[in-house]
Amino acid sequence: MKSIKAKDIHDGVVGIVMQAARYLPDDVRSALKTSLENETSDSAREILGQLLENADLAATSGLPLCQDTGVGVFFVELGADVHVEGNLVEIINGAMVEGYEKGLLRKSLCHPLTRKNTGDNSPAVVHVDIVPGDKLKIKHMAKGGGSENMSRCTMLTPAQGWAGIKEFVVRRMAEAGPNPCPPTIVGVGIGGTFDVAPALAKKALFRPVGERNADPEIAAMEEELLAAINELGIGPMGLGGRTTSLDVKIEMRPCHIASLPLAVNVQCHSSRIKEVVL
Amino acid sequence: MATYTLTTPLRDEDLLKLKVGDVVKLNGTIYTARDAAHKRLCDQLDNNEKLPFELQGAVIYYVGPSPAPEGRPIGAAGPTTSYRMDSYAPRLHSLGVKASIGKGKRSAAVREALQKHVGVYFGATGGAGALLSQCITAAEVIAFDDLGPEAVRKLTVKDFPLLVVNDAHGNEQYAKPNYDL
Ligand code: SF4
Repeated sequence: MKSIKAKDIHDGVVGIVMQAARYLPDDVRSALKTSLENETSDSAREILGQLLENADLAATSGLPLCQDTGVGVFFVELGADVHVEGNLVEIINGAMVEGYEKGLLRKSLCHPLTRKNTGDNSPAVVHVDIVPGDKLKIKHMAKGGGSENMSRCTMLTPAQGWAGIKEFVVRRMAEAGPNPCPPTIVGVGIGGTFDVAPALAKKALFRPVGERNADPEIAAMEEELLAAINELGIGPMGLGGRTTSLDVKIEMRPCHIASLPLAVNVQCHSSRIKEVVL
Repeated sequence: MATYTLTTPLRDEDLLKLKVGDVVKLNGTIYTARDAAHKRLCDQLDNNEKLPFELQGAVIYYVGPSPAPEGRPIGAAGPTTSYRMDSYAPRLHSLGVKASIGKGKRSAAVREALQKHVGVYFGATGGAGALLSQCITAAEVIAFDDLGPEAVRKLTVKDFPLLVVNDAHGNEQYAKPNYDL
């Protein structure tokens, strides 16, 4: 059994929260660069150029990439041989609050009906998976609201199958159009139960841009969806072009014989992800 | 596609010459308001109360900035998605607001209001909040301080880069997706 101190987890999480908001991950940056090279339309090139300039400026100026520094989302892989000295969810939430305060990040959470701001960006959304080993991996995503609002889930019939999935995902992105700050990254969760499919879709978004699902059949589905979405021609900021999405990620798991749960979680180009391993 | 430099308050003759796809470098004073502030502004109108800024000729920027670092007027300050303000926008245009700045599609009712009252919807680059903040030279909360990021701020902008997405003549710049919606 390995013991991990609350303070080490806290410090690690404060660090990734402050960094995620400012540094665009390398995989996203290089995908934007490649898109810029492939685009022929002036407006698409102009927008992609601005996004790269924005990423450079955020890294050097200390300003966040985007004013919407999002909901603090965490996916935790907790080794079965790890003992955490304290309540892991509370430690992560406390560290997230400190990171948002110290990092001058916007507090974007509120009561759903009165709309009163919670004042400290809490509560964090924390998913915990128990995995083999003695490591604790905490992956953080600062998830913006504009792209989250364009996400949808549904319960298809088994008969609708892959054709139904493809139709739903492509239609969703066509309807979303310019709203989620394209170029987007699209997370697709297939299977599980009504609650699990969206969590799979969000988990999918943590996989780096350009990295395919390890299952070759699912990898081929990702490529098929990406090509279909980019055929839409929505382009950067919806002004037309070849780059509507930078990537599509699918996570899949078994479901009930009566069901085909499906979730589409839309991520914007400002895909702010950072992890710490303890 | 022309480029214009405009200064607030905007006048009908400024707006009538703008066409979708034109670039505007905006100078002067603009006001921030997003979801919660729009609700309060419309509540004030319902109650015949005085609004925190003059609507005639005004430009409203849909933004909730991040906190300002030492020595800067404002943090990152890019646009938020505009459709959430669609239910309020026609009323504000009917009272003299000339333009809004945001990202994403507007409703048919907003497009009609732009034609009827001579208004324009400008797009700014979503997710370029650090870059856009460089064009903001001053910022001051003028109402609803309790709303935090959603408070109404008076901003002074210099050559703020905008794209005409919906003009006063009923046109829209967004690409139509290759899909039968
Ligand atoms: S959708 Fe993403 S990039 Fe666009 S404003 Fe929201 S968080 Fe920023």
